[in-house]
Amino acid sequence: MMDTATLFGLCAAALVGLGLYAFIVNPQPLRKIIAFNVIGSGVFVLVGAVAYRGGAAGWGGDPVPQALLITGLVVAFCASALAIALLQRLAREAESVTLASDAPAAPPATPE
Amino acid sequence: MAAVMAPFVGALAAFALGGRNAQRVAMLTILAGLGIVAAAAHSGGGLVYLLGGWAPPLGIALRADGLALAMMLAVAVVVLGIGVYACAGFKTPPGEREARAPFVFWILLLAIWGSLNLVFVSGDLFTLYVALELLTFAAVPLVALDGSAETLRSALRYMLYALAGSVFYLLGTMLTYGVYGTLDITLLGARVAANPVTVTAVALMTVGLLAKTALFPLHLWLPPAHAGAPPAASAVLSGLVIKGSWFLVIRVWFDVFPGVVTMPSAQLLAGLGAAAIIVANVVALRQERLKLLVAYSTVAQIGYLFLMFPLAFDAGAAEIGRGGALTGGLLQAISHATAKAAMFMAAGLAYGALGHDRIAALAGVARALPLTVLTFALAGVALMGLPPSGAYVAKKLFFDAAGSSGQWWWELVLDTGGLLTASYVVLVLAHALVRTDAPIAPRKPVPRIAELAALALAIASLALGFVADGALGLDALWGKLTLSDLWSAVLVLAGGAAIAAAFARDLPQIFGGAGRFAFGRPLRAAAVAVGGAFAGADGILRRWPVASLALLAAAFAFGAALLAG
Repeated sequence: MMDTATLFGLCAAALVGLGLYAFIVNPQPLRKIIAFNVIGSGVFVLVGAVAYRGGAAGWGGDPVPQALLITGLVVAFCASALAIALLQRLAREAESVTLASDAPAAPPATPE
Repeated sequence: MAAVMAPFVGALAAFALGGRNAQRVAMLTILAGLGIVAAAAHSGGGLVYLLGGWAPPLGIALRADGLALAMMLAVAVVVLGIGVYACAGFKTPPGEREARAPFVFWILLLAIWGSLNLVFVSGDLFTLYVALELLTFAAVPLVALDGSAETLRSALRYMLYALAGSVFYLLGTMLTYGVYGTLDITLLGARVAANPVTVTAVALMTVGLLAKTALFPLHLWLPPAHAGAPPAASAVLSGLVIKGSWFLVIRVWFDVFPGVVTMPSAQLLAGLGAAAIIVANVVALRQERLKLLVAYSTVAQIGYLFLMFPLAFDAGAAEIGRGGALTGGLLQAISHATAKAAMFMAAGLAYGALGHDRIAALAGVARALPLTVLTFALAGVALMGLPPSGAYVAKKLFFDAAGSSGQWWWELVLDTGGLLTASYVVLVLAHALVRTDAPIAPRKPVPRIAELAALALAIASLALGFVADGALGLDALWGKLTLSDLWSAVLVLAGGAAIAAAFARDLPQIFGGAGRFAFGRPLRAAAVAVGGAFAGADGILRRWPVASLALLAAAFAFGAALLAG
């Protein structure tokens, strides 16, 4: 029988894999941001599993990963917020919100 | 640690005091911070600060070793140069309405400086992650400072790719914690052993950091982001920001996992660097715009920064070790930080005066802006690694390491890179020095202080060679330069001119004669075809799906190379 930590670890791996797949195949920036959050969730589930496995001496879990987890959540939240703010601004400035990377290869004839 | 705190305190004060005062607060903070760093460097390395008095593994330690102090000092000097330069462009004169861009620029400059200092002194992998994220969050808005759709798109692309890199790094960090139960660098360095989980963690962390450093082929975001930003911001991004994640690769490889990294993986890292040098230099030569040329030159120079990894390998102990190669890498980084910042500033001044930066239309600039063109030339000399620049001393150290470990092929890469760098510097200068009948009138006056700031940074990059020579006791420069050094410098310049004549998109008049030789025409046609192929390959690599897959492929390749050792 699989123990709890292994189960959580496998779930984490599945989440990271799903997120990575979405990150690579979806061209829309918003979907990429969501995919980043799915990968992030996978990493955080892994941290939870690590904390659970590290529990010893009568403790339910290792407290250090939990502190790391909370900090990581805050950082990921800031990242998503900043990315979405950029995306909103881009949507207001331009008609299309693509990341088409050939745009800079053909620079504007007149500088902005 | 005061050096980390000062910039952040300054950033908050500038934010609180508002638009008009931001510049004053920033300049005061920069001067104070430079003093603090200089004092710390004077007192010598080995400073340790325990946050809240808690010792690792439960607490977090900040450690300022020699590496960190050298980088902090260099960054403080470059920040000062950029600050003086930006005083002209990002000022709010009395009586004018406060604008958003200057206000934000000063705050972000301080934030980037503070995050970099935190990256240099952090003694804990997770603190490093937070510092790295702070650095990215401060750098991304700098790209989109002017708010146009094109720069916003560049900023978003940078942000998303950097996020992918940081999530890779975080995953590696957490796996490391899962195995060893600590993230403190010193404790980890003593505990690590090569096992599959550790190898996975090292591969993930390395690739995540490479994505943030924009090592070829993970460079999709860099050229548009660095070329689209205002000149002072480009100087910050190109000279400083990429050094943060690069420094972290050094920490991870040299301090955290010295016993895990293997020779094949180091060769792979430097191989990517060599590919960066060859491809990005040729693509730089094919650019129409000066700022894009300088941006591609950055992609190439990032390659140089990774050549030191196999050279630092101690063949006897089969372990990576600190030595001449690491010192050389550090020198290379500092030299690039100063020279590239100066180069972007010079390009920005030319852009401001002309209203465009098309390389083919630079004729007459040398007469209108002699100091700026001189700055570009001096920065170019420093990038090529000609004596007496810091990069020359770095090159010497690399050659010594390569010679003693029998890795002659990296010497070849270094020399080729020098030639290619010379080619685009010569190309730009040849365009800029063309005589025009009517002197061009600058569209707006070029501030003298900005010209001098850029020139000072370029000279600093050259003088670095003497400083390093004295500090390291190499005795390679004073009175040791022989006639053969002069000849090799001339050879590099002449070779560069020849390459420029073959590959360049638009040839200035003085190269026009090349086509008259019978063998010139087919040679030029072949070179143009090769250049076009390189540019095409670069375009494909910078497409999003390809770049994301390259990220995964690089992770697998590093995993395999680490297991192979």
